Amino acid sequence: MIPDPSLFAPLLLASLAIFAWGCWKRLSLLSLGQPEDRCDNIGTRIGDMLRYAFGQKRVIAKPFGFNHFIIFWSFIILLIANTEFLLHGVFPSVSLTKLPDSVLLPLLLLLDIVSLLALAAVTAATVRRAVKPPYPEARTLEAFFILFLIGTLMLAYFGMNAAKISAMEDGARALARTWMPVSSFFAGMVPAATGSSVYGISWWGHALALLIFICYLPNSKHMHILTAIPNCFLQRLGKPNTQPREEFTIGNSFGVDRVDRYSWKDLLDTFTCTECGRCQNVCPAGITGKPLNPRAVIHDIKVNLLENGSALKKGAVPSTPLIGEGGEGSVSEGAIWSCTTCGACMEACPVFIEHMPKIIQLRRYLVESEAKFPEELLNLFENMEGRSNPWGIAPSERTKWCAQLDVKPFDRDTTEYLFYVGCAGSFDSRNKHVSVAMTQLLDRAGISWGILGKDEKCCGDSVRRLGNEYVFDKMARENVAMFIERGVKKVITQCPHCFTTLKNDYRQYGLELEVIHHSELLRNLVQDGRLAIEKTTRDMGTTVFHDSCYLGRHNDVYDAPRAVIEAATGQAPAEMGRNRSNAFCCGAGGGRMWMEEHVGERINLTRVNEALEQGPDTICVACPYCMTMFEDGLKDVKAENVRVRDVAEVMAEALLR
Amino acid sequence: MLIVVCIKQVPDTTQVQIDPVTNTLVRDGIPFIVNPYDTHALEEALRLKDRFGWKVAAISMGPPNAEGTLKKALALGVDYAILLSDRVFGGADTLATSNVLAAAIARLNAEVDEVGLVLCGKQTIDGDTAQVGPGIASRLNYRQLTLVDKIVSLDLSAKKIRVSRKLEGRHEIVEAPLPAMLTVVRELNRPRYPKVQMRLAAAEAVVEVWSNKTLQLNEQKIGLKGSPTWVSKIFSPERVKGEILGDGYADPTGTAALLIEKLMAKDMLPL
Repeated sequence: MIPDPSLFAPLLLASLAIFAWGCWKRLSLLSLGQPEDRCDNIGTRIGDMLRYAFGQKRVIAKPFGFNHFIIFWSFIILLIANTEFLLHGVFPSVSLTKLPDSVLLPLLLLLDIVSLLALAAVTAATVRRAVKPPYPEARTLEAFFILFLIGTLMLAYFGMNAAKISAMEDGARALARTWMPVSSFFAGMVPAATGSSVYGISWWGHALALLIFICYLPNSKHMHILTAIPNCFLQRLGKPNTQPREEFTIGNSFGVDRVDRYSWKDLLDTFTCTECGRCQNVCPAGITGKPLNPRAVIHDIKVNLLENGSALKKGAVPSTPLIGEGGEGSVSEGAIWSCTTCGACMEACPVFIEHMPKIIQLRRYLVESEAKFPEELLNLFENMEGRSNPWGIAPSERTKWCAQLDVKPFDRDTTEYLFYVGCAGSFDSRNKHVSVAMTQLLDRAGISWGILGKDEKCCGDSVRRLGNEYVFDKMARENVAMFIERGVKKVITQCPHCFTTLKNDYRQYGLELEVIHHSELLRNLVQDGRLAIEKTTRDMGTTVFHDSCYLGRHNDVYDAPRAVIEAATGQAPAEMGRNRSNAFCCGAGGGRMWMEEHVGERINLTRVNEALEQGPDTICVACPYCMTMFEDGLKDVKAENVRVRDVAEVMAEALLR
Repeated sequence: MLIVVCIKQVPDTTQVQIDPVTNTLVRDGIPFIVNPYDTHALEEALRLKDRFGWKVAAISMGPPNAEGTLKKALALGVDYAILLSDRVFGGADTLATSNVLAAAIARLNAEVDEVGLVLCGKQTIDGDTAQVGPGIASRLNYRQLTLVDKIVSLDLSAKKIRVSRKLEGRHEIVEAPLPAMLTVVRELNRPRYPKVQMRLAAAEAVVEVWSNKTLQLNEQKIGLKGSPTWVSKIFSPERVKGEILGDGYADPTGTAALLIEKLMAKDMLPL
């Protein structure tokens, strides 16, 4: 049973061949994807890789993630021991023992302790998966098998060392007790007579576990060991909430209905997913019973790629449809339309998989190439294209909200800011109050501002997130041309959807605007003393703040609205269980505002109930969609004594009443 | 078999204003749309095309810029789009309009394929006469089936169509031989949305224009000369300016009380 190179060497070569074949089989499929540049700003990318891959920053954001941190670093450190093991198996003269003691002994100590930590971590992971899995479907044979393999490796490592130590002379054994304490502990259990057979069994156990691991790795979800680090390096440097443009010329295809229409990075994402389930645990659609599971979407794209890959390589028609009934390898239309584009999945993903852009590509295909979408959207699309607002109200009504007010038109020479009121602020009867409050606050602070009035058009956020890129493109071009013609440089928005579209999406059209969300502006004005609050308002009672996805997660504005509320009320708003980057969507993003919610629990009710747990008198929002969703939700749960106020209204309450 | 759909470019009436001086519609800067009822006629024709493989021709009489309306029809999938445009067609009332449209349909029948159905919206939202469809049927001696909200059956061998007509408070099922002219109501169907590839192709497509050189109609039967009716005046009804009561946002209860008081005084609240 003593290691025999003539037996081991062919096994190792065969395993390495299987490993290489598996890697090639999968990674060569990436060449099917569309080109995309992910190698700019190398410095930033290396920083991200160090922070997120090696530092495991997002992994350890969840308590159990520390367990993975241990396994990850154990794996890295034990690469030394395992490399030595493999080389030693083929060339018996290769051994760490050739190192000088000053290096060898600390190294042995490190390997000894790390192996123990790894053993403890895989044990904890196994127990957790069995007793309280991260998500219900997580108890897969694959997951337990890989944990079993790692556990076997560690035990076998101790077995080999213990056998060696038990055969040592007293002096060496004393040294081992210091530098290999764990192995020495196990050595106590090895009767001297059985030493060599224990060594042989352990060695071969270790060898087989390692070889199986090598063969299995590129053919399983554990391929993330190879792809996660590059995926962190290759992540989108900007926020992935801004979708790429499409070019509208005859002969182009629009959206994605085949895996090879995704970019190579989209495909790499699917090989990077370890199915940890964090995305599915934060998805507002999935949690409330909709047929969307972001983990499954990524998995299905991977399965589709593996099934269709060889056909696609030959230029043949793929057999498994990418958009289908939702069997493995297909994404259902129900899933595609359930997404609120809240971005929680992408925020939760430890390895920066970009779920939402992939879903939007599928929407684009359905809308643009098939004209197939939930029927509620027909009116929306026509209203947006024909009248540039979601409700189809006559554009001439856009200024009705300020008919009684003295509001000036924007003029490049006399006004500094464009107040881009937005469709909700212009047409929605509840949200008009926010617009009015804003005008009063702007005037009070002495800001020089104006509006586009009847010439203002919708920013196009909803149509873009719904995949109607053709209409968005038209709207964006018109708006960008108008902004340039009017000399608009600085814009105030009171809607996070306008905010993100003007700020991030229009940049793709060559327009660099300085866009400020009203919560940021109000915070700045308070800080500068231009809005001096003499007496904080008590009328709001206790407040709780709800983060809008497009303000928070998609644009990292978390503090400003809270600061406004605190300045106006004298007290920081209460926080819901899920807040800031973990905040739970109101249900209206991604065009869901304009769609019915037939399946499962209503997302807004889930969020309203979460807000009510804080016992607020006022729920504060910074987004017109959130406003609508909360007002509707409060009526549904009959909590009509609780108010919803935009941060501007809260500020106006303190300053103007 | 050919289906002809008559469509019209109309101003988006929610955005129309009347010039107080000239008493005419202010059309400057007002976006045009396809007459909404016509979109349902178009959709039904396309559904018949999907079902039976018939060809669909969309025709429209109007100024050169009505080409946009026909391009929308092309984007939705019609096979032929013909704009009937000529200065001598201008100023037409419903009779003169139906003369031109009927002549175009007759020409399609002779030169493209046998016309089985003519589909029109029940009326246009700018003229609101509902006369052009029936006028076409009379000129061509087709059966006319107005206010159709459902095609119940279409017997191709017997060349018969059976439809449901939406009348006030009831439906009427009627049958007629082909060729027939149908005017349709909104309840008939849900119009489709154009695919991007089709839109791009439509944008590049050239819409065929037929002038009176093509149709060779007697100028006394078309345009202003052929129109026994003319519009003498258009005006908006006078509307008394409303009154704003209180401040509903600052004081909803007080404002509601004001409103109740006001309505009671006018005896408009049944007690």
